[in-house]
Amino acid sequence: MAEAIAKSGAELKQKLSRDDVLMRGLIAVVGLYLLVTLVLPLYAMLSKSFKDHDGNFIGLANYIEYFSTPALSASIVNSLFIASITTFITLTLAFGLAYGLMRSNMPFKAFFKIVAMVPILVPSLLPGIALVYLFGRQGFMNWALFGHDIYGPIGIVIAEVFFTLPHALIILTTAFSISDARLYEAAQVLNASKFKIFWTVTLPGARYGVISAAFVVFTLAITDFGAPKVIGGDFNVLATDIYKQVIGQQNFEMGAVVSVVLLIPAALAFFVDRIVQKKQVALLTSRAVAYEPKPNKLFDHCMLAYAILFSVFILGMIAVCQYAALVKFYPYNLSLSLKNYNFDLMDGGGWAAYWNSLKMAGLTAVIGTCIIFVGAYVVEKVRGFTQGRMLFQFLAMLPMAVPGLVLGLAYIFFFNSPANPLNTLYHTMAILVISTITHFYTVSHLTATTALKQMDSEFEDVSASLKQPVFKMFRQVTVPVSMPAILDISIYLFVNAMTTVSAVVFLYGPDTNLASVAVLNMDDAGDIAPAAAMGMMIFYTAAGVKLLHYFSTLGLYKSTQRWRSKS
Amino acid sequence: MSINKASHYLVIENLTKRFGEFVALQDINLNINESEFVCFLGPSGCGKTTLLRAIAGLDLQSSGNIFQAGKDISVLPPSGRDFGIVFQSYALFPNLTVAKNVSYGLENAKIPKDQINKRVNELLEMVGLPEKANAYPANLSGGQQQRIALARALATSPSLLLLDEPLSALDAKVRVFLRHEIKQLQRKLGVTTIMVTHDQEEALTMADRIVVMKQGVIEQIGSPNEIYQQPKSVFVADFIGTMNFFEAQVMADNQIKIGELQFEHDSNIDTVVGERVTAAVRPEEFVISQQVESSEHKIEATIREIEFLGSLVRLRLSSKQMQAKSFIMNIEERMFRANALDEGDTISLSVITSPRLYPHD
Amino acid sequence: MKTLKSIVSCLAIIAFSLANAQTELTVYTAVEAEDLKKYADRFNEDHPDIKINWVRDSTGIVTAKLLAEKENPQADVIWGLAATSLLLMKGEGMLEAYSPNGVDALDPKFVDKSDPPTWTGMDAWVAAICVNTVEQEKYGFATPTSWQDLTKPEYKDHVAMPNPSSSGTGFLDVSSWLQIFGEEDGWKFMDGLHENIHHYTHSGSKPCKQAARGEVPIGVSFAFRGAKSKAEGAPIEIIIPEEGIGWDMEATAIVKGTDNLEAAKTLVDWSISEKANKMYNEGYAVIGIQSLAKPVEHFPENIPEKMIDNDFEWAAANRKAILAEWQSRYDSKSEPKS
Repeated sequence: MAEAIAKSGAELKQKLSRDDVLMRGLIAVVGLYLLVTLVLPLYAMLSKSFKDHDGNFIGLANYIEYFSTPALSASIVNSLFIASITTFITLTLAFGLAYGLMRSNMPFKAFFKIVAMVPILVPSLLPGIALVYLFGRQGFMNWALFGHDIYGPIGIVIAEVFFTLPHALIILTTAFSISDARLYEAAQVLNASKFKIFWTVTLPGARYGVISAAFVVFTLAITDFGAPKVIGGDFNVLATDIYKQVIGQQNFEMGAVVSVVLLIPAALAFFVDRIVQKKQVALLTSRAVAYEPKPNKLFDHCMLAYAILFSVFILGMIAVCQYAALVKFYPYNLSLSLKNYNFDLMDGGGWAAYWNSLKMAGLTAVIGTCIIFVGAYVVEKVRGFTQGRMLFQFLAMLPMAVPGLVLGLAYIFFFNSPANPLNTLYHTMAILVISTITHFYTVSHLTATTALKQMDSEFEDVSASLKQPVFKMFRQVTVPVSMPAILDISIYLFVNAMTTVSAVVFLYGPDTNLASVAVLNMDDAGDIAPAAAMGMMIFYTAAGVKLLHYFSTLGLYKSTQRWRSKS
Repeated sequence: MSINKASHYLVIENLTKRFGEFVALQDINLNINESEFVCFLGPSGCGKTTLLRAIAGLDLQSSGNIFQAGKDISVLPPSGRDFGIVFQSYALFPNLTVAKNVSYGLENAKIPKDQINKRVNELLEMVGLPEKANAYPANLSGGQQQRIALARALATSPSLLLLDEPLSALDAKVRVFLRHEIKQLQRKLGVTTIMVTHDQEEALTMADRIVVMKQGVIEQIGSPNEIYQQPKSVFVADFIGTMNFFEAQVMADNQIKIGELQFEHDSNIDTVVGERVTAAVRPEEFVISQQVESSEHKIEATIREIEFLGSLVRLRLSSKQMQAKSFIMNIEERMFRANALDEGDTISLSVITSPRLYPHD
Repeated sequence: MKTLKSIVSCLAIIAFSLANAQTELTVYTAVEAEDLKKYADRFNEDHPDIKINWVRDSTGIVTAKLLAEKENPQADVIWGLAATSLLLMKGEGMLEAYSPNGVDALDPKFVDKSDPPTWTGMDAWVAAICVNTVEQEKYGFATPTSWQDLTKPEYKDHVAMPNPSSSGTGFLDVSSWLQIFGEEDGWKFMDGLHENIHHYTHSGSKPCKQAARGEVPIGVSFAFRGAKSKAEGAPIEIIIPEEGIGWDMEATAIVKGTDNLEAAKTLVDWSISEKANKMYNEGYAVIGIQSLAKPVEHFPENIPEKMIDNDFEWAAANRKAILAEWQSRYDSKSEPKS
């Protein structure tokens, strides 16, 4: 044994085939991409937070200033407050709907599922705009607040709940779908009451889902910038502080400090969530029997009523925005017109911004899907190279822990430095595409990895034994078989590129205004109706692309049915 | 045994594979002749698949060398080695037709298309599925898929065929049928073949030689007959077929005592008089004593349980004389009926061969 | 052969169009979005060979962008940014000193004191209060006529104003109050005002636009915005407080290090021409060559006499300290209101 250990110093090294060299090379290339578009900018930002305005190292002085200025550090408490309340409300609401969808026999489930996904298709600024029309001074429903003010925590929380609901719902329905029916049967045999079953079976079964959803919602709410920007009034949160420090006061160093402060809870939540998700995966592999809800009239009706209320909330917000966009001069002239679509007469870049957004989203979807899928493929299928793979996996997970606003600011520091030869990218379409790909890298990477893991790991071995190049295998088998996942990734990237504000708000240039940023800037200038109109343009575009995706996936399954299913 | 690299098709020298602290293969030495059908047999975790993957270059050994046809292939990548491989999962490309799967390794700028088609038809004919050329794998049964996988592996005429538990995922009947098919095909083509299996019956029926492995080391190499008749260790004796073990004591150079009974033995293990050893007797080596009148060692045994296996009947016995609470013997159904045996009967037995001896643990 | 020919002709076309290409100027501006096309079109009437690529954003953002890009300037010219912001950039050494043709015709207030000047003014942009008359009736408060009026309890939660940290207008308001009332009384005034503020906005035009929609009854903003909203039919009245009003100039400058210095000079020359001044006068009552000024619809007539003697240098020099003080007083009080 001692001899064996002594020998281990001289492990054999396999000669690399051309494919090995190619795959390792690709891992290095994609890894380098992540290094340059993520790690180096973050480093630039971190180091900026330790420097003064002239670039001299001043240690923790900026941080000391931050924490000794109550106007600034108060935002930490505000942010935690908003994120916690949002998490609680979103989870409660989403849990109810997920419960109804998975545990009742209510009708129209498919419709409610689609409605619940609508908030994903709009920028997070839009619910804020809807709230102004609903509960502002001139709002149709401002009596409902009993004299409270929508500008501030109430408005932020409602908007964040709207914005985070679909994310929580996806996780919770997944959690419910893996609960084991046999436990319910056992509980019923033991004559447990419905209430008791809920507490002893339902809740514990979904616990990892609940925890995971809580972290996801918390992270989204604490890092979101759109809702507090529009409806936050004078209620400062970390995300708006970064924007104010950088845009309002040109205090980049303090912006970097706030970014670091925001990075901490976001990164923490992310890492805890990763651990929890691993446990959920362990649950998934156990041999569970799917639960089939039994009809129960009263319960089903209650759940239906709840789902209707839920849909009214979501569709109501969207409908209000569309109405606002069409009204000539709310509230004094309620006649309808398209005047608010005259974007060229307003801030934000006009219709060009919309076309830019389409272009940016298209490029992000195409280029991003290529980079991410190829990256996931080579790292999943390369032989050996363990350390390189681990490093790559870490890099691929990192973007999820970085809030968009922080990423955008980091890009300013990194890409606009005169010493950086890449600084010609600043303000170009390229940097918008790059930042968006990197911002949404992790989820896409995980989607690709999951799809690739489902494929037989021995395909590559067979291909190598037949002396065929790996890219032939990739082209002829991997890509066609993974097509549904590839489409999913490209749609995810497209929709997010259309709606994102946070990273790109620091990066767009004269010729590269974006629709989502236009919504922000128009609202900022007080042109709220045109902002709503542009927001709705984004919604229709995203929804249209989703529909297209739905039908193309349907067509894909039809055309590949011959090999997908047994005849 | 001296290793002559030139005279063997595949030579494995001092091969060791570690995963961290865990030693999966320890100092493996093995020679395989051209056209031979060799089975790696052992329980799960014994290292048989690891050894196969090392030969293929899919998992590199930690140390040691592999020579194929006189060429050192120890550190070559899989694509640099000459072999075809079939996995338990078939690993057929789901979106390609059967013909496309089979021609996958042939598609090469240098081979004209009609020649590829000819070869594909030939291969499909060979595995008995010529009518399935345009079907997709999902439309085939497991056995059919595995035959297509075999055709694909053989398409490029590799001189070494590696089979990694190819039959384990199949139904019992298909498995028996395919055993035969594969063996015939291998004979016909004369391709050197290594098959990994945990199924001893499979190994016994198919292999020219069996390599029995346990915890990363080779326990025994030999023909199916050798392995069955002269297992070198208790492990092999137990793993291959069914074996009864008895505690025994060495009385003289060729004498042992099991319980109160004395037996002769011709085992060539070194023993010391008085030493405790393990004696092993196969169930079919017991006979009811009137069959062999001359036998000196009559064993009195009581039938505890009767189990019908079709043409054979398995009796679970106990014997005070042998101090054995439970051992089994097989008896032809015809004999069983002739003797009108029933549970609780006492019968007298004799042993037709001398027991195998193993050192006592 | 045919393909070769077409390639050659293609290349020829490209080369030709490159040789004749317009000079393109990247111009950073905070001029109201709806005016940009007009400005560029009028300029191109005289100089069709220079193409303007606008980068338009609010004062705070354009200022931030320019400072952020200090090491790697993207802009050639700044046309229409607050003079206080340009002073900041002058302090950073980012502006090219240039005395444009016809600079003598400008009101001396509208020219940088350095010689040659680094910036020249276009028009003045003055503070004003927008009051929604429909809402006023609903709440039944008196029309405020002075800044001090706004601290009265009857206006509680009825006032919106821009945050000076992010808005040029907001800073203009705060710095003018400190000059009108003196430092101590100025802060005292703002303490009182803060009690009545419903919210602070990021943009200077937003309070007036919100007042126009009745989202708040009273918006502290600037006269130009009020006039525009009134022209669109909003039920608002534009009030010029009697203590006097802060103002800032929209001004023009060349960014140091531009690759297109000649074209930039052409643009700056044009930006102070009579034609340009008349164009500014279509929206602004106070312009660089005041003798050309005609009254503007919806603009209160008494603006010029109410404009305080604004000390831009002082405001720019004390900007950081003023904002820090403002933040510590009012930003930290932004607690949940519910």
